[in-house]
Amino acid sequence: MPQTSPEPVIRARGLTKTYGAFTAVDAIDFDVAPGESFGLLGPNGAGKSTTMRMISAVSRRTAGELSVLGLDPETHGPEIRSQLGVVPQEDNLDTELTARDNLVLYGRYFGLSRAVCRERAEELLAFAQLQDKAGAKADDLSGGMKRRLTIARGLMNTPQIFMLDEPTTGLDPQARHVLWDRLFRLKEQGTTLVITTHYMDEAEQLCDRLIVVDKGSIMAEGSPAELIRRYSSREVLEVRFGSDRNAAAAEEVAAIGRLAERVEVLPDRLLVYTPDGEGALERVVERGLRPTTSLVRRSSLEDVFLRLTGRSLVD
Amino acid sequence: MTDDIRPGAGSATGAPTTGSTTGSPTTGAPTTGGSPTGGSTTDLDGAAYVERARIDTTRASDGTRLRVNALGVDEPLATRTAAALAGGVVPRRRGWWYVTESFVVQMRRYGGTLLVGAIGSPLLYLLGLGLGLAAVIDATVADGANGPVDYVTFVAPALLVTAGVSVTQEEFTYTVMGGFKWHKTFFAINASPVSPRQLLGGMVLAVTFRILLVTGVYYLAIVLFGAVDRPLLGALTVLTGALAALAFGLPLLAYSASLTEDKGQFALVQRFIFMPLFLFSGTFYPLTTLPVYLQWIGWISPVWHGAELGRVLSYGAPTPGRLVVVHVGVLVALAVVGGTIAGRTFTRRLR
Amino acid sequence: MSGGADVTQVRVGESAAPPSRTGWRAVRALYSGNARIVVIRGLLATRTSNWVVVVSGFFEPVFFLLAMGVGLGTYIGDVELPGGEQVSYAAFIAPALLAVSAMNGAVYDSTWNVFFKLRFAKLYQTMLTTRLGPLDVALGEICYALLRGVAYAAGFLVVMQLMGLNGSWTALAALPAVVLIAFAFASVGMAVTSYMKTFQQMDWINFVMLPMFLFSATFYPITVYPEAIQWLIKVLPLWHAVELVRGLTLGVADTMTLVHVGYFLVMIGLGLVFATSRLRALFQD
Ligand SMILES: Nc1ncnc2c1ncn2[C@@H]1O[C@H](COP(=O)(O)OP(=O)(O)O)[C@@H](O)[C@H]1O
Ligand SMILES: [Mg+2]
Repeated sequence: MPQTSPEPVIRARGLTKTYGAFTAVDAIDFDVAPGESFGLLGPNGAGKSTTMRMISAVSRRTAGELSVLGLDPETHGPEIRSQLGVVPQEDNLDTELTARDNLVLYGRYFGLSRAVCRERAEELLAFAQLQDKAGAKADDLSGGMKRRLTIARGLMNTPQIFMLDEPTTGLDPQARHVLWDRLFRLKEQGTTLVITTHYMDEAEQLCDRLIVVDKGSIMAEGSPAELIRRYSSREVLEVRFGSDRNAAAAEEVAAIGRLAERVEVLPDRLLVYTPDGEGALERVVERGLRPTTSLVRRSSLEDVFLRLTGRSLVD
Repeated sequence: MTDDIRPGAGSATGAPTTGSTTGSPTTGAPTTGGSPTGGSTTDLDGAAYVERARIDTTRASDGTRLRVNALGVDEPLATRTAAALAGGVVPRRRGWWYVTESFVVQMRRYGGTLLVGAIGSPLLYLLGLGLGLAAVIDATVADGANGPVDYVTFVAPALLVTAGVSVTQEEFTYTVMGGFKWHKTFFAINASPVSPRQLLGGMVLAVTFRILLVTGVYYLAIVLFGAVDRPLLGALTVLTGALAALAFGLPLLAYSASLTEDKGQFALVQRFIFMPLFLFSGTFYPLTTLPVYLQWIGWISPVWHGAELGRVLSYGAPTPGRLVVVHVGVLVALAVVGGTIAGRTFTRRLR
Repeated sequence: MSGGADVTQVRVGESAAPPSRTGWRAVRALYSGNARIVVIRGLLATRTSNWVVVVSGFFEPVFFLLAMGVGLGTYIGDVELPGGEQVSYAAFIAPALLAVSAMNGAVYDSTWNVFFKLRFAKLYQTMLTTRLGPLDVALGEICYALLRGVAYAAGFLVVMQLMGLNGSWTALAALPAVVLIAFAFASVGMAVTSYMKTFQQMDWINFVMLPMFLFSATFYPITVYPEAIQWLIKVLPLWHAVELVRGLTLGVADTMTLVHVGYFLVMIGLGLVFATSRLRALFQD
């Protein structure tokens, strides 16, 4: 196949959603390529879920253009949803049904025969490591199991596009890694992923490309590495002087020159954006400053977000 | 490594009933070159299309098979669009039925108590309020085609309607609140191809099945008690009773769907709407027994209209034909208006 | 929710364990004299809930009285009591409705409400880990359920008085009688509830209440039944409740009144013993 860029499976232009006078999504533009893993990164209330619902054809857009798989959600909702897997922010399992019945009955809504539903349910129970719990009521599953079941349910129709709204919020670290592994496998097989998150490590792990959203607008777009390169330095030096002295120390630190490209004052520490963290720390100490703790790390999406909005992603 | 498979192939759970897939799975083009609206795509093609998938065997070692979409990364957008159009065909036509199915599965889980209630309550009411009261009532309460009727014959049609109505009191209140608020299951269905109106329709159909079970069993009990003069015509009360139940239930459903919070409104409905409609609707004596300023309760009550229809059928109550038309008209109108408003409310909350 | 699951497991694992200690010392361990706290908590919870719903409970028996007593009464005329007295149909069923609503209110509060708290709200576990004993909790919940019931009953007695359905000054004694009846139903209801595991099982409570409501000489004298069935009905608590209240409001109370009172005292005793031991088994041992 010639390497022309493929037509996007999702295409938004000036996409807008208002609730009364409040604008939840404010004229955003983006494309999602087939097979891509696309992220929406932003704090609570940024408009991520609202955008996801518009793509999933369950929330009407107020203005703008939106095309999913070449179709307009306004007129072809059922067609689009037939090709989508959706994992909502809040689990909405049928708590009184067994794990297996949750899957089987859900598959039916897509017009799958009972036999096919049963077969896929068994496969997905294994995929989600829930075989032992197949006959248990959804209500009796732990939080992590419920989440995995919801994800399995979203795969019953072998979707072209898998939409996950904060898939790992509330999961323990181990459960998150299991989930990331599963999603990675789907992606390898060509499923397009759209993921919202407010965890930058998750975005860095899972997303080929992402948009940073805040207050309904896109602040930046690119791959995690690109965004970090564009909006942050290579390394970050974190130093603590004690809450009362951070602000005063900031001016001194800024004075170390070329090695302090930018200094951010957080309530509990200073962030020094620098091409060389160790070097910057040396210069700080040479100036007679004695930080109580210091840490050199690579820049992350958190730093990008801080730079773009002046606020922390997770409070 | 991926294998192209047809639905059910290579599985132990048996072959599906949809027949073989035509067309090449790898190109994934829809099997008919029909219009984008899917007008010429046959049912079979739609179903077969949806059920096609590839199996990822790369990690068969850990015992999990992953079934993914039949379309690979390189498929052009036109193929993807065609897949979506094919995928929408069956759900657009039958989405409501899948909803009915899953509500029936739900109800079957408490089928035991449901059946005991359906069988037990007519027996108890007919015994307790029918035969029991009859023993102390001296005067004739009503006349049928062949002169005065037994008291139990008079109350039976009204009790049957009430039993149907009370099903909706349960299914069209807390179940709806659960779907929208507590479990949010309606939002899960909403993410599937099923539309809000299909969701509503499927739910109403499932509940109608339950109502018919209740009115049907009630009628059997009535026959058992000999509380019907014309058993064949009287059998129609199973249907008119269900109609009356929906005439009460669908407006209630519209109301329930509009609630975003449970502040005990359903208890108020029970006490200030259902109870008065049950008690002051000519259930235990003709409506005209009540003072005129209370009779309007009967006129607007599905219980009264349903009971009066039932009395015509069951023992030939001397109701003018015009009035029969009014009874049917009011019941149909209430059901249609309620259903329409409910449809709008469902769409508003789910879109 | 995981707490709810824990409760179930404990409950499934243990069948009704008898109280592990007996005698006064055991009671001391169960009761710290603080049931009041539980009542107050209940009242505070009511204040924040919808007061219209609370008030609405008063209307149900009134509607029944108007529809059946007055409306149906036109076809029934007077009813003859066992002692030969003739009373209007409304005066006949009014005390029965009073007894029924005392039963309904008490059973509702001590079953559905308590069940919800046992299984979902984890309220009891929290309470029992403080200094409160299970008896405080049980008594407190039951007393709270009673307060509402008594308020409804007082209102209904006023309505009866206005309609001229009270035959004697002894009608005043109907109020304490209603308290006794409600207390008895609530304590048994609470004991039964502590054995329930699912909402579906709660439905069975309705299957017991409905026939009692219909057959306990509520709407017509018990004499319409054959002798054998009459005896069966006389075993059931609602018949005693109806007869007790009816005797007082119509002013035809006799020695049977004492039998009815005794019946409810026994019921209260049994209900409390079971509810308390059950709560202990569930939460403390
Ligand atoms: N149905 C709604 N009605 C009114 N406001 C809403 C509705 N849904 C979302 N919002 C508002 O829109 C904003 C964006 O919400 P959401 O998309 O859920 O954000 P995110 O998922 O990024 O946390 C929030 O301020 C939220 O309160
Ligand atoms: Mg969100």
